[in-house]
Amino acid sequence: MENKTKSACETCGHFNADGLKKLGIKTDDFDFVVALAGNPNTGKSTVFNALTGLRQHTGNWPGKTVTRAEGGFEYNDQKYKLVDLPGTYSLLSTSEDEEVARDFILFGKPTVTVIVVDASRLERNLNLVLQILEITNNAVLCLNLIDEAERNHIEIDTRVLAKDLGIPVVPTSARFQRGIPELIQTISELATGKIKCKPRRIKNIPKNIEDSVKELSESIEKEYPNVSNSRWIAFRLLEGDTQIIDALRTGKIATNEN
Amino acid sequence: MKTKNIDDIIALSEELRWKIGDDFHDNLAESIYADASKIVEDAVTKDDKKSKFRLDAKIDKIVTSKIWGFPIMLFILGVVLWLTIIGANYPSSMLATLLLDNVHPFLKGLGADIGFPWWLNGFLFDGVYLSVAWVIAVMLPPMAIFFPLFTLLEDFGYLPRVAFNMDNLFKKSGAHGKQALTMSMGFGCNAAGVVATRIIDSPRERLIAIITNNFSLCNGRWPTQILLATIFIGAVVPETYSSLASLSAVIGIAVLGIFFMFFFSWALSKTVLKGEVSTFNLELPPYRPPVFWKTIYTSLIDRTAIVLWRAIVFAAPAGAVIWLISNIFIGDESIATWTINSLDGFGFLLGLNGVILLAYIVAIPANEIVIPTILMLTVMVTGVAGGVGDGVMFELDSVTATADILHAGGWTLLTAVNVMLFSLLHNPCSTTIYTIYKETNSIKWTVVASILPVIAGFIITFLVAQIWRIFV
Repeated sequence: MENKTKSACETCGHFNADGLKKLGIKTDDFDFVVALAGNPNTGKSTVFNALTGLRQHTGNWPGKTVTRAEGGFEYNDQKYKLVDLPGTYSLLSTSEDEEVARDFILFGKPTVTVIVVDASRLERNLNLVLQILEITNNAVLCLNLIDEAERNHIEIDTRVLAKDLGIPVVPTSARFQRGIPELIQTISELATGKIKCKPRRIKNIPKNIEDSVKELSESIEKEYPNVSNSRWIAFRLLEGDTQIIDALRTGKIATNEN
Repeated sequence: MKTKNIDDIIALSEELRWKIGDDFHDNLAESIYADASKIVEDAVTKDDKKSKFRLDAKIDKIVTSKIWGFPIMLFILGVVLWLTIIGANYPSSMLATLLLDNVHPFLKGLGADIGFPWWLNGFLFDGVYLSVAWVIAVMLPPMAIFFPLFTLLEDFGYLPRVAFNMDNLFKKSGAHGKQALTMSMGFGCNAAGVVATRIIDSPRERLIAIITNNFSLCNGRWPTQILLATIFIGAVVPETYSSLASLSAVIGIAVLGIFFMFFFSWALSKTVLKGEVSTFNLELPPYRPPVFWKTIYTSLIDRTAIVLWRAIVFAAPAGAVIWLISNIFIGDESIATWTINSLDGFGFLLGLNGVILLAYIVAIPANEIVIPTILMLTVMVTGVAGGVGDGVMFELDSVTATADILHAGGWTLLTAVNVMLFSLLHNPCSTTIYTIYKETNSIKWTVVASILPVIAGFIITFLVAQIWRIFV
């Protein structure tokens, strides 16, 4: 009985808040890598600052972050390295900032990917979310700027959303530190395997394409049995993405075991 | 064996690609959007009538309107510059009094007491220390005002609106609309502007943005413009209007820079960098009231301190070089005097003089130190009293004293106008040049980006000087 109460508390972010240590740029050794991805202007850098205690400059315009910024935090004696990726609308094109983001999610082997979205513009943001979920299994949706959404009278049922996407959803307002303890708790539960995701894969694809993708991804899986995102690789091969073809040749693609 | 299997996979993908046709990309994108809208339908409820978006839309209608867009942009630029000019004056002279009138003699006295030889004392305190002190006195106040103001605008969400307004002009000049954003970053620092071009996906348009970024007056050049406009342009009109006249002159130079940026973008896209203009989506983010004090604090710590540190790092060795070339003699003349004399003829053609050209060579590492170098060299050549002596960079307490020195150096209104033009149109600083090389990975384009503005500067100042001398 007593144990049960305790365990209910333990799942709450606030209970563990004192286990948090912001490490700034000290990221020499770490247990987990966490990537921060999302559309431009959703407050990724603000979330990054809230988690690491760094003061990376934030700006209200698309394309503010063009390089990767790294920082770290320690939570319950485990060290996390956090990588702030450039904001992108999609992973399907080839500008340099998008490549930085895509390559990191694909080859950088993040343990957890935090997808930051603007709660008021969810539909537009989901384009990227669904693409990322094709690549990685371990992700959390950070429903940021939730205060703005509330002011705009937008209500989001996070439970339905989490169920539809197959990943945990945490509403936050990073500017005011709202939801950050819960986010950290979720990241740690994903990293340690306490939460398992079952990410949604893109549906509604025309049948002839779906069949081709299936055929191709099966042949990829045969060659690289531990690749979990063969469907995404198949998409890219059908698109004729030379970088992915190269990665397939060199075997770089197979080192991604998420 | 393995390679063969992979080749098979790739061959299969090619075969399948052929089978499903070229609308694969569109089909995939459509599927994603269909999924997204289904998810939103389930999880999100909106009350459109009460939405705040409508206020944003109303503001946008005004600030991006065809009639008001540009006047509002100029007005905001004017206000930011006005606050910078007015606000920087007092702390600047306070810092000068402290660092130059008090600390400098103290250090020299201290050096003498310890028993430093004259050359070490001069090298350290008249060269290295003074140049650093000057940079702090002149650069810190305007930066501490300009950067936070700029950051506030940025946080508020105004920059994408600037890009939106200028998009059409960029399109006409064959460049990418996002270049408006990198251009705006260039107004703070060209090296930062060059890095920011990574948001432009087409390599052709990105190169254009990199090469023309130097036409954005950077933070190291604003003070030069402001000082010269105050001394020479402000003096042409009655005193009541003098600050208005100086302000207009500075804005005029900045706008001229934008004009050159468009001109060269256009010229490049019509000649060596031909190609189609790519289309792009520009999101106008919601206006967000900045968290005021936090913004001020972070922009002071992150931007101002970093840029100032860079200026100091370059000013220290430059001060040493200036002291050395002024104090090492070949025959009867110091290296500095000899160089100035040989550059004088060419300088005259451009409506400048040898001192100014030498100063621009010495100041390649940092534009911030152009004016102190000019003053110091002028004092040395003309021998005006009031300076501390050969090879010493110094700050003058009042703008009038600076004016006296420049007049003694033979400066006229033409010299001032041409220095303002040349300050806009000359090679990027060494940090920017290095950044351009890192971003383009090409010596050829780095050379083009470095030389192009100097050539433009030579041509423009030459033309202005000749026409001026005919009519004035």
